[in-house]
Amino acid sequence: MIDRVISSRAPDNFEWRYVAIIGAILSLGLLSIYSVTHAQPGSGVPLYARQMLWVVMGGAAFLVMLVFDYHKIARLSYLFYVVALVLLAIVLVIGKTSRGAQRWFPIGPFAFQPAEFAKVVLILVLASYYASSPREGWRQRVVLPGLIMAPGLLLILKQPDLGSGLSFLAIYVSMLLVVGVRSKALGVLLLLALMLFPFAWEVMWGALHDYQRERILTFVNPAYDPGGKGYHALQSRIAIGSGELLGKGLYGGTQSQLKFLPEGHTDFVFAVFAEEWGFLGVLLLLGLFLGLIMLSIEIASRAKDILGALLAAGVIAMIGFSMVINIGMTAGIFPIVGIPLPLMSYGGSAIVTTMAALGLLLNVKRRRLTLFY
Amino acid sequence: MLDLSPQQDELRELQGHLTILKVGLLLVVALLAIRLWHLQVREGQYYRDLSENNRTRSVILEPARGLIYDRNGVLLANNVPSFNLYVTLEDVTDREALIKRLVGLIGLDEASLRKRLSERGAKLLARKLKGGLTLREAALIESHRLDLPGVMVQAESQRNYPARLTASHLLGYVGEVSADQLEKPEFGGLHQGSVVGQYGVEHTYDRFLRGRAGQKVIEADALGHEKRTVEVQKPEAGDDLYLTIDLRLQKLAEDLLGGEAGAIVAVDPATGEVLALASRPAFDPNVLSRELTPKQWEDIVQDEGHPLTNRATQGQYPPGSTFKIVMAAAALETNTIDPATTIRCFGSYQFGRRLYKDWKAGGHGTMDVSQAIVDSCDVFFYTIGQRMGIEAIASYATQFGLGRETGIELPSERVGIVPSPAWKEKARSEPWLPGETISASIGQGYVTVTPLQMTSLIATVGNNGVSFRPRLIRAVMERTTGRLQELPAVARGQLAIRPETLALIQHALAGVVTEGTARRAKSSLVTIAGKTGTAQAVAARPGPEEDLPKKLRDHAWFISYAPTVTPRIAVGVLVEHMGHGGSAAAPLAKQLIETFIKLAPHEPLIADSPSPARSPMTVMARQEPRD
Repeated sequence: MIDRVISSRAPDNFEWRYVAIIGAILSLGLLSIYSVTHAQPGSGVPLYARQMLWVVMGGAAFLVMLVFDYHKIARLSYLFYVVALVLLAIVLVIGKTSRGAQRWFPIGPFAFQPAEFAKVVLILVLASYYASSPREGWRQRVVLPGLIMAPGLLLILKQPDLGSGLSFLAIYVSMLLVVGVRSKALGVLLLLALMLFPFAWEVMWGALHDYQRERILTFVNPAYDPGGKGYHALQSRIAIGSGELLGKGLYGGTQSQLKFLPEGHTDFVFAVFAEEWGFLGVLLLLGLFLGLIMLSIEIASRAKDILGALLAAGVIAMIGFSMVINIGMTAGIFPIVGIPLPLMSYGGSAIVTTMAALGLLLNVKRRRLTLFY
Repeated sequence: MLDLSPQQDELRELQGHLTILKVGLLLVVALLAIRLWHLQVREGQYYRDLSENNRTRSVILEPARGLIYDRNGVLLANNVPSFNLYVTLEDVTDREALIKRLVGLIGLDEASLRKRLSERGAKLLARKLKGGLTLREAALIESHRLDLPGVMVQAESQRNYPARLTASHLLGYVGEVSADQLEKPEFGGLHQGSVVGQYGVEHTYDRFLRGRAGQKVIEADALGHEKRTVEVQKPEAGDDLYLTIDLRLQKLAEDLLGGEAGAIVAVDPATGEVLALASRPAFDPNVLSRELTPKQWEDIVQDEGHPLTNRATQGQYPPGSTFKIVMAAAALETNTIDPATTIRCFGSYQFGRRLYKDWKAGGHGTMDVSQAIVDSCDVFFYTIGQRMGIEAIASYATQFGLGRETGIELPSERVGIVPSPAWKEKARSEPWLPGETISASIGQGYVTVTPLQMTSLIATVGNNGVSFRPRLIRAVMERTTGRLQELPAVARGQLAIRPETLALIQHALAGVVTEGTARRAKSSLVTIAGKTGTAQAVAARPGPEEDLPKKLRDHAWFISYAPTVTPRIAVGVLVEHMGHGGSAAAPLAKQLIETFIKLAPHEPLIADSPSPARSPMTVMARQEPRD
């Protein structure tokens, strides 16, 4: 046990590059939120200040998830999952309704979104399940974990929250792929479907009649507004496109500053960033995200046990998927489903749980060497 | 140290799968980068232009409203092209100058124009200033567009009712959604300037007819005029409605009323389908669907004939002797009398110190209940009413559907009054007087009903006590799927009345036409059963009927069904201030019934269709092109 403490303090085990990338993305997000909201007249604490508070709380969550051995955390995963399901059920009854969906618990001036919490818990519970299961046959690999995921997924879709529901599915499919499915072809197919979903969507979606899309979107999201949607998507595209190569400079984004772009601080924060930073800034941001993902995959592939590898894989899937879908939707190649951009969009629940998940991931790296002592 | 246990093997294999995740994410991020390069670098200049001048303007594209057909596919409401005037406030440089110009050019009302311009609305969204411009006005605006920054003329559609006054109460009319309506959830998704149904079926079925607005994003020049279209989201036309009405019967019913005020309703007793629902005087929905000046509106509302009232569903009249159907059923069912009980009529009925007269001065002599219906003897019903008491009468009247909504799909249906001591206490804070029971026994006093209620009542009697909700919509043609969705009949229930009681009443009602008060409804084509009524419009009358001014004279009622066995049509007629039901109302019903029988001797009323006429194809084939 003493070895473990010593080893965890070794500089080699605390990944500074990893922390630096997270910090950089968080800062870019804060800047963008500040840019769109600083001039907004509003009562109380301004949004960027609140977001800073969330980042601080996220840092705390990051450390908590880092300090305790992930095996201990995983042992509690089923308990956490039950708690998450109960919260998801309660939010349907007493939750705050916003734009047609019941997603939030009001806590003082803030709002807690149990679906965000549930995503991280799903990673924990699936990793624990696979680690302790013999993983033989499709029933143990596919069906049982699917049944574990189902109640959470259904509760989330009931809110309805299509974005979180898709994230749930993405986490499940990715972890299933890493565990391995018997047929390689099927695995590759599933993966391609998942990864190319936004691009395939364009084709499938384009083949549907207007009214069919309308029906689907209205079904999954009652807040969807047929008159406004085309306008918002277009404004988002104009914001991104008008950034050109070099951007309009910080606070220079006319689209977002003049409020043509809705939700500039939440789901469309990427459009604000792209308008002000241009294509070069976009490349920087994509590079940061890619760096974070590659470092994480590195950690996963060096994990000392299956639990660790799968925890890492789940976190990668969660963050990677959200990032791709969010950017795809602001760039107009995916319907607007309401998924926040990890570490950048305004929102306490998302920031805290994402950082907790990243803490968990780093935890996997810290424990890597302890096995052999 | 490194044991090659199966566990470790599996871990290695599993970690090998991570490559899939890695390659996949790399690929997708690369695709995202390409897309963003395309947006920002290749098309960047274009988007920069759009953003710099905020050169995009949105115009709402109004959907084409669903069409309305009669049951045979004859067009009742469609859309014709019309020019509407829009303005985008952000492009207006001088508001006062604009107002002056528009008032000068096409004579817009200055006050309403000012109001329109000051209403709150979405940013950069054109707002409607006026609909239904004439071609000349549209041309004037177009030729002055350089002086009118931000103003544009859009060709849109205007509701049109080819049959004009025919079926106007039924169809209703459309109008711009009001500010109050916009607050309500059922008008969600609409915007200032949206056209919605304001009356009739147009109102009740607005959610089908309305369709969905689309939007056009245009690139505007410096004056706010369209340079080119950036994006179009097409509007979605509303669903078409097929009514249960047969236009031929509807027209006939309205012609039969002629210049008199009144209502005629015809329903299919076996389904509740309304075949005709006429109310006179009527209005022209084409006029009401355009923008009215306050003066025009005032004229219509203050018209003495109340043309906007649908007398069939909103006119409340004493039922007069038609109420005796309810009385006979109640007396037989409560065992107050049996079919053989006889009462002697000397022409009046003494109660306390008051004398209640029979309509026949000399009296009808001795008669049983059946004969009392045939001759409409008042004394017989005074007597049994007095024996039964008002509570029993009220309970059966309610069972027959009086005092309640029939549930027809028209706005603001009235329910009339089924009086009782409890009702009087509540409505007037006065106790019930025994004499009032006697008035109620012949459908006078406080009792009031609508023509639709009475038609529904007689249909139920003819249909052996099985009652259907009167309905106006046969089918909805979904625009988006092209599916014709037939709406089913809605059963309201079965009267809790013994079959022998109903049979007796049915028999007596047939007698009313063959030998009783409605001999003028006797037809050589078909057997008809019915009941006449002559309802006093005012309680106290200064002199003989003939000398009275018209507005004090009695209302004429006739409610009927035909044929007497398994009836296919039930007709209710009410003509205001025209005196006796037997002479003023019964002949109208007869004509309508005979025409119906001639139009559809055997099959249900679908024109020119030999066999199972109610198939969707029949109706669809008759659909006319839109606009």
